[in-house]
Order: sequence, then structure tokens, then C-alpha cells
Amino acid sequence: MDLTTPPGHPGEPITTGAQELVNVGGHATTSEGEQGVAELAGLEGGLGGDGAGGEPVDLDASLYDVGPSRSLAADAWRRFRRNRLAMFGLLLVAFLLLVAIVGPFVVKDPLSQRGLSRERPTNQHWFGTDRLGRDVFARVVYGVRLSLFIGFVATAVETLIGIVVGAIAGWFRGWSDTILMRFVDILLGIPYFVLALVMVTIIGKGLAAVIITLAITAWLQTARTVRAGFLQVRELEYVEAAKAIGVPTKRIIIRHVLPNVFQPVIVLVAVGIGSAILAEAALSFLGVGISDPTPSLGLMVAQAQTEVTTSFYLLFFPAMGIVITVLGFLLVGDGLRDALDVKDI
Amino acid sequence: MASFLIRRTLQLLLVLWGGATILFVLFFVISGNPAERMASGGGSRNPPASVVKNLEVRFGLDKSKPEQYKDYFSGVLTGDFKESFRTREPVLDIAKAKAPTSFRLAFWAVIIEATVGIGGGMLSARRRNSIGDYVTTIGAVVASAIPVFVLAYLIKQVTGVYAFQHDWPQWARFPTRGLGSDQWFLGVIPRGDTWKALVQPAFVLASVSTAILARITRTSMLETMRLDHVRTARAKGLNEKKVMRRHVLRNAMIPVITVLGIDFGTMVGAAVLTETVFNLGGLGSQIVAAAKDRDIYVVLGLTLIVTFVYGVASLLVDLSYAYFNPRVRLGDD
Repeated sequence: MDLTTPPGHPGEPITTGAQELVNVGGHATTSEGEQGVAELAGLEGGLGGDGAGGEPVDLDASLYDVGPSRSLAADAWRRFRRNRLAMFGLLLVAFLLLVAIVGPFVVKDPLSQRGLSRERPTNQHWFGTDRLGRDVFARVVYGVRLSLFIGFVATAVETLIGIVVGAIAGWFRGWSDTILMRFVDILLGIPYFVLALVMVTIIGKGLAAVIITLAITAWLQTARTVRAGFLQVRELEYVEAAKAIGVPTKRIIIRHVLPNVFQPVIVLVAVGIGSAILAEAALSFLGVGISDPTPSLGLMVAQAQTEVTTSFYLLFFPAMGIVITVLGFLLVGDGLRDALDVKDI
Repeated sequence: MASFLIRRTLQLLLVLWGGATILFVLFFVISGNPAERMASGGGSRNPPASVVKNLEVRFGLDKSKPEQYKDYFSGVLTGDFKESFRTREPVLDIAKAKAPTSFRLAFWAVIIEATVGIGGGMLSARRRNSIGDYVTTIGAVVASAIPVFVLAYLIKQVTGVYAFQHDWPQWARFPTRGLGSDQWFLGVIPRGDTWKALVQPAFVLASVSTAILARITRTSMLETMRLDHVRTARAKGLNEKKVMRRHVLRNAMIPVITVLGIDFGTMVGAAVLTETVFNLGGLGSQIVAAAKDRDIYVVLGLTLIVTFVYGVASLLVDLSYAYFNPRVRLGDD
């Protein structure tokens, strides 16, 4: 947060009831303005320190230099762009998406066993072949694809559950809040990975089971964050104004409150995709996740165990696949955290 | 203080009871016939009806659900978690056999985490934007992206396999199966060559949390260093060392202690990957093994025990606030 966007500067007034009538999309300004005061000059740049923080801020100059109005997204993007590590993460994610989309048209069939068994990397098989003669390059490409798919779907479901639960608890408060949040507390009382193992035991193996497991174990944090945001925002004046002019509750929640609690959720989504991918790899590694012919990176690492002394590449390439994928999302998450000025996640 | 303790303990009991009930519902009510699941041992083949019937009778699964619930939990309160349907070993005995390894491993991992994590974070915060700072922050992100099992394998391959195959000096070879002679002094201090078997898994287990802790320490210190009372301390002429020790560190350590406590609680029960790769029989790897066998009572019992440990750890963290943060007056609200 820097001072070029002081709270309530011209062009981005705090949303008022009058404005709600014509519904100008100025949601995010209020909460951002508040944080702006709290995080004056944003000295903690977080990761790498070369983002918004770092350089000394000339208070006077920046106060006078108000500049043209910018949306929150444009502002965040400007800060994100200046964070080199975050941009590197974005590059990794873009590259992986490209691999996932274009990959299947380029590589061989990951299930075909037509190569020589356990062949070292060659021109024919860039990453070599595994003990069944399957092309490791193709399997890693499909593995990355699967990881991304699982990460995206599980996180989408998880976020949706988290938002709904958090919104209900935070908006209606009272007994629904007590029950829902106690439930969250109870589930958070079980160590995360143990909970995932228990869920997998009950649901079973396979792709769908893994996705469901990851989704229903990961929404707790999102629900808490959304609830905290709702509790804060529902007391603000513009919400009161919206109520006063008779905006229906559903519309207030979706159009007026939700956009204002969304910043931490965006960060949670980015980080959540990374941890979902990591968790899938771990479950598959332990033999309770994705099962054999399907190319999962974690499973490939597990299968490389017995052959790692002679064929190190069997471990190396899938492992790098996991590392790069997770690293990309973690860096993007960190960058977003700084760019959106989210704390406490 | 006393009222806080009581309230917090009640909360822990509620979490434990709630967790146990949710798990019971998951295992015994909504997931089909538990006896059938046990009998099929995780495979999809159809188990013979007589086996299923036997298991039902043996574990009282032929009774009504509320009765089963009462049965199981009156047992749990007296320390009877039923038994493994495979080995007939009581779950509590399994836990007792596996717990020491888990506790010792978690203990040393937390010590490594505290030393390296706090040290790195402090260095990073003191010399902000120096090379050391960049190395720490980037190292911390990369470390959290490397899967534990990959790291464990790499280390194991170098010092546990390669070293033996290529005649490395004796001190550079580390056993990677079990805990060596498994001798301990005062319960936690390794004796003889036990430390050699312990050091690798402890480092691996600590790796990710250390990376995260270093970042938390850094952020927390930077935030504390900005506070007014620190500026006042400097202004009245205290030397840098005193400012750091008295005014910055004491305040900055509060979130750090929280993380350490929670991590210990997690590591005792959820060090699944480390225990698996290094073949240490601990609680976490036992849960996986039982989960694969569909040994329901073992999974359920161990999960309850692990949750209990985790809950107690976070209770202790909350209580330690009073000690580390004089501004927190527990129970006054």
C-alpha cells in the first residue's frame, strides 16, 4: 500500500447509499482505504522486499501526487509487477498451463509401453523411460496436467464451500455462526494430513476421491477468513445505507459485502492450489491417492524409490515437476499477498 | 488465569468429543458396512459373508448405531480403543509402542526448527535486503515447495546409500532404516549411535516448518522494530543489543512460539512422510498402514490420540502467552 492512493481520494469516494442506487462498481474502495491507513507506507514488503515496501517513501511528494484514479485491480497489478519473485512465479504458472494445454498434442502416449525398459534419457525419450518402457517425458507432462487439474478443481470446490459457510456464519451470526464455527474448530483440531488420510480411507482411491478429500479438508481456513471479513464489513456504513434504501439481503451479501472480503480469499486460492497439488502428490506417494496406470507425479516418485540408485532420472524429473508447479503457485500467492496488502494468512 | 484454564480446557474437550463424533459418523454410519470394509481389506473383492458376520459379532457391529456409539466411547474413556482386526493387538498398545519414536522425532525436529528458523529469520530481519536476507527468503519459499518425501529420498540416497557404496568415511555414513540401537538418555537424548539414525529424519521433518518459521520470524521482527516503544528505547540511548533483546525480541517471539507449539503437535502425529521414507515406526506411518488395510479401529483410535496430543499442544501454547506476553492477562475478559 503506498500513498499514491490515499483513502477516499478523488475518483474513488467511499461508497455511499446514493452511489448504490446507480450501482457504480466501487466495492473494494472502503476496505482498501481502511487498510491504507493502518499500513501507512507499507514498510513490510514481505517476500524479497523488492515489492511495494523497501524504498523509502517521500511522504510529502506522494501526498500531493495523487495521480489519476485507478481500480484496486490495476493498483494491485502494478505492485505485483514490481515484485520480481512474484513475476517469476507467474511465469512458471503460465509455462505450466502451456504445458498442460499444448502438451498432449506434442508428447507420446503416457500409457504406451513401447520403449526399452528403463532407458536413460535419449533423443527419442528426453526424460528416459520407466521400468515398463513408458516415456517419462510424456508421463511428467500428463502428471503436471493432472496436478493442475486436481489443484484447480479441488481449490474451486473448497473455496466455494468456504465462502458459503463463512458468509452464512459471518452475516447471520447467532446460532448458525456458533454451530458452523464450532464445526470448523473441531475439524481444525485434527492435524490436516491425518484428516486427509482418514477421508481417503473412507472415500476410497482414485481421482474423484482425491479431489473430494482435498476439497473437504481445505475449506476450513477459507471459511474462517470469509467469516472474519463479513463480521467486519457488515458493520460498515455503506452496508447500513444499502439496508436503509431497501436492497435485498441476498444482493447486499453478494454485491456489497462479498467483493470487500475477497482479497484474502484470492491469496488463499493461489496458495491453496499449491498445497492441494503437494497434498495430492503426498497421498499418491503413500499409495492412497491416484493409482497406477494414471501418471501422477507423486506416484512416479514413489515408483522410482526402488530404482533410484541406478536410474536417478526416474526420481528427478517427476520431483522437479512437483517442485516447479508448487513453487509457481506459492510465489504467485506471496506476490498477491503483498500486492493486495493482505495480512494474517 | 484459572478461569481461562478451565474455559480453554472445556473448549479442548468439546473439540475432542466433536472430532470423535464426526469421525465415528464418518466411519460407522455413512460409509457402508464397516465389517465388510474391514473384511475386504481395502480391495474391491467381495468378502465371504461368514467373515463379515464374524467381524460384526466380534466388534459389536450388529448392534444399533447409538449402542455402538455408546459402546465405543465408554471404552475410549477408560482407555479401551478396541483392537486391530488383523493382529488383535489393542489400539492403545499400538499407540504406546509407536508414540516414543514420534515424540522424540518431533522433539528434535522442533529444536532444529527453532534454532535454524529463528536464527535465519533474525539474521534476515537485522540485515534487511542483504544477500543473507535474499538467500533466507528465497530458500524459505523453495524449501516449502519441495515435497518432504523427495527431500527425504535425496538425503537418504546421498548419506545412506551412496556413502555406503562408495566407501565414504565412517562418520559420513548414516543408517536409514529404523533408529539404530534406539537407546536414549532421559527419554530424549540419543545414546550410542542412535543420533546418527535420528539426525536425518529430524532435519527432513523440520525442513518445511523451519522455512516457514524463518519467514514468520522475519516479518514479526520487522513489524516490531517499527513500533514506537522501540524508537523510544533507541532515543533514550539504549545500545542496539539491549534494544533488540529486551524490546524487539520479546515482542517478536510471540507468534513464533505459537507456531513452534502447533508444529510440535502436528509433527507428533502427522510426520507420515518422513516416518515412511526412513522406516521409523511412528504414529503417522501407522495410521497410513492401517488406512491401507482398512483397519478401521486402528485408524480411528490413533487419529483420536493424535488429535488429543495436538489439542494439548495448542492449549499449552495459549497458556505460554501469559508468560511471554505480559500484556495478555488471561481470563480478564
